[in-house]
Amino acid sequence: MSSERVTTRGQTAVGAGVSALDNLGYRLQRLPLHLVIAIFVAIWIIPTVGMIINSFRGVADMGQSGWWTTLFPPHGFTFASYQQVLNLEGVAPSILYSVLITIPATVIQLAIATMGAYAFAWMKFPGKNLFFIVIVGLMVVPIQMTLIPVLQIFKLIHLNGTIYAVWLAHSGYGLPFEVFLLRNYLGGLPREIFESAEVDGAGHSVRFLRIAVPMTLPAIASLTIFVFLGVWNDLLVSLTFLGVSVYRPFTVVIAQLTTSLGGGWQFLTAAAVLQMALPLIVFIALQRYFVRGVTAGSVKG
Amino acid sequence: MEQIITAVVAVVAVPLILLGYITLGERIIERLPETLQSWIRPYFWALPAVGFATVFMVYPLIRTVFISFYNSTGDKFVGLDNYQYFFTFPDTLTSLRNSLLWLVFFTFFSVFFGLVIAILLDRVRYESLAKIAIFLPVPISAVAASIIWKFMFDYQVPGTTQTGTLNAILGSFGRDPVAWLINLSTNNAALIFVGIWSATGFCMVIISASLKAISTEVLEAARMDGANEFQIIQLVVTPLLWPTITVVGTTMLINALKTFDIVYVMTNGAYNTDVIATQMFRQLASAHYGRAAAVGVVLFIAVVPLLIVNIRRFQQQEEQR
Repeated sequence: MSSERVTTRGQTAVGAGVSALDNLGYRLQRLPLHLVIAIFVAIWIIPTVGMIINSFRGVADMGQSGWWTTLFPPHGFTFASYQQVLNLEGVAPSILYSVLITIPATVIQLAIATMGAYAFAWMKFPGKNLFFIVIVGLMVVPIQMTLIPVLQIFKLIHLNGTIYAVWLAHSGYGLPFEVFLLRNYLGGLPREIFESAEVDGAGHSVRFLRIAVPMTLPAIASLTIFVFLGVWNDLLVSLTFLGVSVYRPFTVVIAQLTTSLGGGWQFLTAAAVLQMALPLIVFIALQRYFVRGVTAGSVKG
Repeated sequence: MEQIITAVVAVVAVPLILLGYITLGERIIERLPETLQSWIRPYFWALPAVGFATVFMVYPLIRTVFISFYNSTGDKFVGLDNYQYFFTFPDTLTSLRNSLLWLVFFTFFSVFFGLVIAILLDRVRYESLAKIAIFLPVPISAVAASIIWKFMFDYQVPGTTQTGTLNAILGSFGRDPVAWLINLSTNNAALIFVGIWSATGFCMVIISASLKAISTEVLEAARMDGANEFQIIQLVVTPLLWPTITVVGTTMLINALKTFDIVYVMTNGAYNTDVIATQMFRQLASAHYGRAAAVGVVLFIAVVPLLIVNIRRFQQQEEQR
């Protein structure tokens, strides 16, 4: 995580010429601090580690002993859970459907949002402020409030249960926040650039495509990660519009298997590990962008 | 196969269509008289975004209010019956109570732990590494988190080997295992804790960012005046962080109200763990549209104060621009 400051504030107490004994005292004094942090860190990572370890054990083992027993020999690691879960009907295709839902949904909403944000940032029109206040308000509206009419619209135009429906729904739900964020970013670009381009005779399409979009790429990149993972991890939207369809994404299939399998849910650990692998890889690889995307989204509910 | 092709086509086509829309539309608009141009152009640019927002959010919002006054098939006006059902039926009242529990405890502890961890980590060298650990649950979906915690809360009959982490720990202290997700006095707390576990990293990152913005001079001055570390945190740091804490807090309040995934996957509302959002989904799935809409409206009304706060904050920011 981005931590430019290597020295920490607590250290100011350590003067230049302290004796070794003072130093030891200082360290002992700080022991509770490290202990509390260690407890927090343990609570925040052990559950995940435990489940990942469990996913590499046989289903019978999982039901007989805790994951920690595997830390000592015989380990008995196996890919059996992965094989079993991938062979389960609908699981392997659902991973593909998750990809097929997530990528287009992300592209559609970001493309439309960028264009809308440009209008709100660099054009004057009557009702602009009102429109934008509505958009700010829509960011926090629970999507539960919209599900029924949207479901009815999809049924009316025969889109219910298709992947296209989820593309559109995700785009609709994601747009207010993205327009808000990109408009703030676009609006912060220097006015002179746009004005001089206008003087040079560049129309709005040129100003948008040649100036606004390239200069907004850092914001779009962070937002892409944020939106992509939001759609990848989504349960409610897909459950509503694809709950009984063949095109159910990975999260929906896992959730439905968990509730329907009852006692035999243990091998779903493998499915959970596969589902969270992508977000975790993205997070580890693109930490800085990822955290920026999340913090930028701090106003979003 | 067909789905793959359409997905690829969509990924390529949507930006291309928008590109065509922009260039073609601009070409037409540029031919129009000057006054008409400046009138039409903004709406032309904002149309796709505003259109999507209208179709998927504004219209459904209004429509849901109407639906909530009709019966399940939507052909008979029933007045406030659906609301009466919501506020008198024991199951829905339980969901209302649980959402209140989420609202209070999820919000408080997510922000509180986020604040505490941010302050503690600010004082150690391995800050960035520890932050990664705390943040790790944030990218993990609620579905995966639910399965992670099903193992933590796993329960076997007393006397047999406990495979759940928490019950194994209890066992090593000679205590009886607890059926965390079934026991009525623990299950809601257990679910809420999963939520807190997922959200703390988010709160920590944001609070930590504004903690770094507090100038060291202020802290040094306090130390010179003889304040100890606890006094500094209580009297200097926390007040300075307060605006950030309220922003994070409102976000968490909204998340608390929207809670769905964790409850749906872990208990599906069994043993009195339903929240408003799962209740709403259950009514929706059983095609009780009127009742589902009424639940949605209740949820929306609960969000309205937060919505107003958000708009106010936006307007203040605008004035500073």
